[in-house]
Amino acid sequence: MSTLERIAALLPAGGYVEAPAGKAKDGILTLEIEAEALALALTRLAPEAGFETVTLITAIDHMDADGLVRGKRFEVCYQFLSLAHGDRVRLLLSVDEDDPKAPTATKAFAGAAFMERECFDMFGIVFEGHDNLRRLLMPEAFEHHPLRKDFPHRGIEPDKLYNQWNRERGGAPS
Amino acid sequence: MSETKTFDYVPAGPADIKVDRDDPLHGELLKLNMGPQHPATHGVLRLQLVLDGESIVSCDPVVGYLHRGKEKSAESLGWRKFFPHTDRLDYVQPLLNNIAYARGLESLAGIEVPQRAQEVRVLLMELSRIMAHLIYLGTTAIDLGAIALFFMTFTEREKTYELLDAYTGHRMNNTYIRMGGVYADLDEDTARAIRTWVEAFPAKIDEFEAMLTGNAIWYGRNKDVGVLSRADCLDLGLTGPNLRGSGEEWDLRKTEPYSGYETYDFDVPVGTVGDCYDRYLVRIEEMRQSAKICLQALDRLEKSKGAEFLLEDRRYVLPPKSSVHSSMEELIHQFKIVTDMRLPRGTAYSCVESSKGELGFMLASDGTARPLRCHVRAPGLLNVQAIPRVAEGRLFSDMVAIIGSLDFVMGEVDR
Amino acid sequence: MGSLIESQTGSEDAGFLATRMDSIVNWGRKNSLWPMPLGLSCCGIELMAMIGPKFDLARFGAEAARFSPRQCDLMIVAGTLTWKMAEAARTIYDQMPDPKWVLSMGVCASSGGMYDSYSVVQGVDMILPVDIYVPGCPPRPDAVIDAIMKLQKKIERESPSRELFSPSERDESGTGLFQMAPNQAVPRAGDGGQEGGAR
Repeated sequence: MSTLERIAALLPAGGYVEAPAGKAKDGILTLEIEAEALALALTRLAPEAGFETVTLITAIDHMDADGLVRGKRFEVCYQFLSLAHGDRVRLLLSVDEDDPKAPTATKAFAGAAFMERECFDMFGIVFEGHDNLRRLLMPEAFEHHPLRKDFPHRGIEPDKLYNQWNRERGGAPS
Repeated sequence: MSETKTFDYVPAGPADIKVDRDDPLHGELLKLNMGPQHPATHGVLRLQLVLDGESIVSCDPVVGYLHRGKEKSAESLGWRKFFPHTDRLDYVQPLLNNIAYARGLESLAGIEVPQRAQEVRVLLMELSRIMAHLIYLGTTAIDLGAIALFFMTFTEREKTYELLDAYTGHRMNNTYIRMGGVYADLDEDTARAIRTWVEAFPAKIDEFEAMLTGNAIWYGRNKDVGVLSRADCLDLGLTGPNLRGSGEEWDLRKTEPYSGYETYDFDVPVGTVGDCYDRYLVRIEEMRQSAKICLQALDRLEKSKGAEFLLEDRRYVLPPKSSVHSSMEELIHQFKIVTDMRLPRGTAYSCVESSKGELGFMLASDGTARPLRCHVRAPGLLNVQAIPRVAEGRLFSDMVAIIGSLDFVMGEVDR
Repeated sequence: MGSLIESQTGSEDAGFLATRMDSIVNWGRKNSLWPMPLGLSCCGIELMAMIGPKFDLARFGAEAARFSPRQCDLMIVAGTLTWKMAEAARTIYDQMPDPKWVLSMGVCASSGGMYDSYSVVQGVDMILPVDIYVPGCPPRPDAVIDAIMKLQKKIERESPSRELFSPSERDESGTGLFQMAPNQAVPRAGDGGQEGGAR
């Protein structure tokens, strides 16, 4: 049974399409999937298709250098690994800038918790159903999502939180 | 006359720690902050613990104290200039990170690496693995009270530093891997020095083992501590020695071979219980196997002497400096690659078996000179995530053994 | 140390030593630096190598690395300092008793190095007063040892006795003991190092 057949057995037809040829240069099966089908897939991948472990969850921001977005802005990428079959699958979900929501994988894969927190921290993608969705890498009070393309590399007032802390404890201004 | 009592061996697990709720002194939970500046957290990890007496009720790892914005840097620097940043991910094994990233670029560009370069890479990867495991052994041992081991492992590590210094010109953070090969060929003197060291190294592992493997303190503090079942590991996304310690024979060098690993003769050690002691044994054996692979790679390098070690593809690979100074065409190539090296559109995931687990790079290109996305799949982050699973319910003193044996480096965890 | 002058008395078994207060205090301080290894990233590994068997910082009296800031007088900032970590670093510095020195190891600590990004402090001198900078990514242990030797020369030139004997510090209780000033690091004026802020 091929990777695609194993996935296809889980999902209703029409909820997903295979990514255009040439998109995945590494030979990993890549599916562009819709939110509902993805939510279903996340619960059934491990027990039914043998994808026992989650490799990564991240997002891609498609805003270009001029600040223009064609189509949906973010692409959330889930990648799973099957040890028994020795293959991988990548699921891509496109989400809008206005309502960046994606289904959580934490219900079936505990390892997804930090990945989703990181993705939320960096891109502001809200994983629905994640029960502890807070920032992972940046301080809790940080206001931006640094990996979004419209966030400057050098940051916006990077020393703001430190100075605030320093003032509160009565330290000399630095 | 004294009577000898015998006890059945019962492994201590979370259920064994009994809290006497009727104790009048009981009832007050202690919040303890461990890190970010703590000698046993191996970097700037912070753990927020809630303790009930000596036992850990809950544990919340706080990471990000070394978040340097590497993925953002990749997007503004471009494909080639990100190489030095990969060294500083898991800084105890810089060359291995280089190779993982280079493989991603190569699969995006669709180029093949020459045979000799693959052999050099295998040699460097295995040397890096040994170096990383030496750090694991030295720091974990010092945390559990065996200070001599720190000096013993660092003596060996200093020797590997000297070898890399001879080959690459710097002790660590070498950045010696390029797209399409390696920056410079391995010369005979260095190869001979590496061989001398590698041949002598298994005897050193025996010395480490003589100090630790049968040592009652080491055994007592590691055995049945931090037990992760195979199912736990898969659930948490753990890979590498942590997964193998739990009995799953999963090694990317065998299951998804790259750089010609399928042609090398080596074994994959696995544990049975999945405790700290098993993971220690797995890493010890991995060092032996790495030494074995190093010798095989050195043999092949001797045969392939003089062969091509860097692809001559002027779309991606810089021309040698001597020809840049004398040929107009080569100067143009140099200029083009440095300022505006484009990779074809598409996505590629590349992974290698690093000393911490599956180190992967998820690269997305939109056809321009800068990555659309460069995501580092850091095995260390998942290893940190596993701490609460094994620490909760255990004694606080086990924490040090658990942190050491799950093995992570904060540069990679936080990126 | 230069100015220790040994002198003989009339008695055969009792000798005494005449020197300047500054010399003897500085001599003690410079040869027993206790580092606080703030090992943040890659440089931390080289710091371990420096304390380790080959380079052996003990030769310079500075191998007693303590992770408790209250026992240390030399803070070695080894690696990239992020803004998230800056609060912890500053707290650790404040907890160290006077006199104290700061060694900035590596380019990340000295200037932010290759990380000109949103999360990295562009040089620890934005939050701490730095005594000596060591370039390199990471610096070789010999370079850091050189820096420590230079710091020892710097300590030699300090005048601790001025502080000890200044009228405000003198003990009025008549016990003849000097009371050292308490550690006032937190709100001390002019402690912020160079002008920093949003650079």
